[in-house]
Amino acid sequence: MLLGSRDDHHGGARDAAAHEARARRQRVRSIAIALALVGVVILFYAVTIVRLGGNVLNRGI
Amino acid sequence: MTEIAAPTRLEDDQTATLSDYWALLKPRVMSLAVLTALAGMVAAPGGVHPVIGATALIFIAMGAGASGALNMWYDADIDRVMARTATRPLPRGAVPADEALTLGSVLGLGSVIGLGVLVNWTAGALLAFTILWYILFYTAYLKRRTPQNIVIGGAAGAFPPMIGWAAATGSVSWESVLLFLIIFIWTPPHFWALALLRVRDYERAGVPMLPVTSGADETRRQILIYSALMAPVGVAPALVGMASWLYLAIATVGGALFLHAAWRVYAEREGQAAMSALRRLFAVSIFYLFALFGALLLEHAVGLA
Repeated sequence: MLLGSRDDHHGGARDAAAHEARARRQRVRSIAIALALVGVVILFYAVTIVRLGGNVLNRGI
Repeated sequence: MTEIAAPTRLEDDQTATLSDYWALLKPRVMSLAVLTALAGMVAAPGGVHPVIGATALIFIAMGAGASGALNMWYDADIDRVMARTATRPLPRGAVPADEALTLGSVLGLGSVIGLGVLVNWTAGALLAFTILWYILFYTAYLKRRTPQNIVIGGAAGAFPPMIGWAAATGSVSWESVLLFLIIFIWTPPHFWALALLRVRDYERAGVPMLPVTSGADETRRQILIYSALMAPVGVAPALVGMASWLYLAIATVGGALFLHAAWRVYAEREGQAAMSALRRLFAVSIFYLFALFGALLLEHAVGLA
């Protein structure tokens, strides 16, 4: 009985550690996707500025 | 097919790490695509704005990575039985197949749209053509059907300099086709050297590489023929005025080393000497391609070409 509950305890600790590790990897993946999206936004912004160049001021008022 | 035992993750440990996803993109192939695309871009007349050039390279790298992921998704069954590929993320169980397919599709579509919208649609269309050639024509059709798989399929790996050229100029020209030809003719001897080293693997996986279908002797003959074609094509950019004396010197010495390595493969057919000749040719071929395109870049960086 005592042995059984110790096993349960160890199993529970292992599950918790595995869950924690999985949650950490999911968090890292989410951050990586967010950073990639921010990168794409910056890229579109930068290219738009380069393409517009001085022409942005060259318009009728 | 006999399965190679690959370390598999535990059931409760399924979420892949970033390095697993990174490995899915075949980063070494990606780096070669970026280098050759950059060389095509700087060799093109007129020059390109650094931001536009960097943007093009990012999307070309993305497209190459997408091709890698989709290739690994489709080829997971044969990767599992080959020692060289058994530790890739899919056979290892580190990345689920549907995630590889999603990642490859999203990156592929994103790279084509990004390159088309932000750079130009000639480059975008060429990138789309390259990805489709690699996945639909090479991976899904040629690879498992014909010993000419890497000859024809190798065109996909040869397109990046043309895409780089198109990114800079908005069109393709015969000079960019010359850069394409260098990689196109380089691919067969490079991969057949590897196939001779891994012939048992390819046999077990049922992939009809030339050494499996036609034997080692015929493969050695073909390696020598392609290498003899490779050397003059390698120096051609200097002869037509695309490059200067530095490139000419590097391409001449590199071509001679390449031919010598191919001759050793042809001459040494037994035992350890044959194995070391094949390993040497494989290494020399990688060095040769990096040296050639590196020389093109260097010449433009220092104003020689």
